[in-house]
Amino acid sequence: MRAKVDATSKRLNGGRNGRLVELRLYVAGQTPKSLAALANLKKICAEHLEGRYRLNVIDLVKTPQLARNDQILAIPTLVRKLPEPIRKIIGDLSDVDRVLVGLNLRETES
Amino acid sequence: MTRLDKSLTGITGFDEVTNGGVPKGRPTIVCGGAGCGKTMFALEFLVRGATEYNEPGVLMTFEETSEDMTKNVASLGFDLKGLAARKKLVLEYVRIEPAEIQETGEYDLEGLFIRLKHAVDSIGAKRVVLDTPEAIFSGFSNTGLLRAEIRRLFRWLKDRGLTTVVTAEKGEGTLTRYGLEEYVSDCVIFLDHRVSEQVSTRRLRVVKYRGSSHVADEIPFLIDDRGFSVLPTSSMKLDHAVSNQRVSSGVQDLDDMLEGKGFYRGASVLVSGTAGAGKSSLAAHFAERTCREGKRCLYVAFEESPAQAMRNMRSVGVDLEKQVRKGLLRFEAWRPTQSGLEMHLLRIHKLVEEHKPDAVVIDPVTNLLVGSQQELQSVLMRLIDFLKTQQITGFFTSLTQGRDKEIEQTDVGISSLIDTWIFARDVELNGERNRCIYVLKSRGMPHSNQVREFVMSKDGIRLLPVYVGSGTVLTGSARLSQEARERAESVLRQQTKEEQQRVLDGKRKALEAQIAAMRSEFAQEEARVALVARQEKRRKREFSRNALEMVALRGGARQGTAADRNGRVGDEHES
Repeated sequence: MRAKVDATSKRLNGGRNGRLVELRLYVAGQTPKSLAALANLKKICAEHLEGRYRLNVIDLVKTPQLARNDQILAIPTLVRKLPEPIRKIIGDLSDVDRVLVGLNLRETES
Repeated sequence: MTRLDKSLTGITGFDEVTNGGVPKGRPTIVCGGAGCGKTMFALEFLVRGATEYNEPGVLMTFEETSEDMTKNVASLGFDLKGLAARKKLVLEYVRIEPAEIQETGEYDLEGLFIRLKHAVDSIGAKRVVLDTPEAIFSGFSNTGLLRAEIRRLFRWLKDRGLTTVVTAEKGEGTLTRYGLEEYVSDCVIFLDHRVSEQVSTRRLRVVKYRGSSHVADEIPFLIDDRGFSVLPTSSMKLDHAVSNQRVSSGVQDLDDMLEGKGFYRGASVLVSGTAGAGKSSLAAHFAERTCREGKRCLYVAFEESPAQAMRNMRSVGVDLEKQVRKGLLRFEAWRPTQSGLEMHLLRIHKLVEEHKPDAVVIDPVTNLLVGSQQELQSVLMRLIDFLKTQQITGFFTSLTQGRDKEIEQTDVGISSLIDTWIFARDVELNGERNRCIYVLKSRGMPHSNQVREFVMSKDGIRLLPVYVGSGTVLTGSARLSQEARERAESVLRQQTKEEQQRVLDGKRKALEAQIAAMRSEFAQEEARVALVARQEKRRKREFSRNALEMVALRGGARQGTAADRNGRVGDEHES
């Protein structure tokens, strides 16, 4: 679960809106909530952001100093860095609808 | 039961009030309304820890950014940036932006813990301040979870042995808005900031301190350019050391009235009097004398600026400026209405701690009376206690109103606290006002009961005996004229006396002459009577001899009957 770049993000400017979505997922070790969040996120990305997202997973147990920049309090927290403004979605991302709203991928539908 | 370990906060007065500071290695809640000074308290706890007790600290703020905080406390001389650069302090600003947060499923606040832990570990912090962590309630909706996390946070802090101060906003009828005090069972401190009669007073109360004795009263405190200071309350016991040393009042004649030696060192002296009775002059003499003996004096004035007071005192021959230049005298003046009673007291405390005087003059103490008499009394008691424990002689003046007995009544409330009470008042008579002074009481010494006239000149103060007679006290020119009249009368009386003596002497002489004359007359009379008696005797003798001779001549007459017959014959002869 090291910080990594998903291979799919290489294909930029694809998809419906044609805009790159940059995501960071903050977790703290291999906790059930963190694992669930990562699994849920991957699924959502595959379904809704295929080819136009970049994801960093940051484990604060290993790099606690990174919590400061994005003002992380809750774990897990998904931060949408791009497009601006910054959005934060906390929790294990099990509520897919709310995640999509939070990521601003549902605005036309809702 | 083991004694609770405590951690000195370094906050002036607070460590005394709590007998050693906050619980070591545990969280303490400091709560109160907006602007009550809780952040200041927390910050000073942290800064003092870092600078004075070698305990680095973490400041985690939830409302103010690190930059704002740094700027805000720079005015108090707290250099947060500098401390951070020297790894004595970590500033961690936790920003909560409800608008950008979407909750989807389960979460916890592990991020907060990680950040705190990282900050603590990075400098080996021993102290932590969480400035209003309740702010998280505004950012997250799951209150139950937040409560559990806060509980976990406090436990975590305790487990790590971090001495923590947590600030919290006062709630409606509760100590804190979210009931944080439920989770912190060790120590809760409540700060209050209230305004009464346009004067603000800050007060602190230790609501709870498990396993420790503490002062339960509300205690005033002050935030000024040197930070937070809590005013220690009066000691419960009357056990201050006493001195037999004497200190001069600065006026020789007054010393004379006090056994010739002046006040006791560490005594509290009150000079009460009407306006213009010479109280300040007495105070200035005392201050100057103290300094001339090489001792230190603090002079707090509420009526005049230092420059004005010192100029005025020169006119009665007291050069206070010189003593100020020498650094022995510290002359402070401020408006009595500037702050609440307790603030005055705190300022005096701070000045005493800075200047370390042997004597403190407060002129006039009655100007502190912005609240009730009772309040003044309680504050004075604390002040006097404070001075006594440090063997500082207190010299207070008190402005009184009214006439005669009323004047004495004015200060009755505080008289029990006073060791030597001097009364100065003016007497109006014959179109002039003159000053009188007397010692109402002076504990532990025989003192003069005289009323003296108080005369000020450029050479200082003299206390002259006044004319007391026919129910009135005469002073000033009345006294002088009365004295002149007395002298004249006395001369006259002397003259009269001599004259009378002369007359009497004459009379005595005349009488004696008369007596002598009468006596001589009497003696002559007496002599004459004696002569007559003698002649009569002789005549009788001669007659009887003649008679015998006649008998003898007639013959035959017996001697015995002859005498009888003689008598009869004599009788016959005479008739």
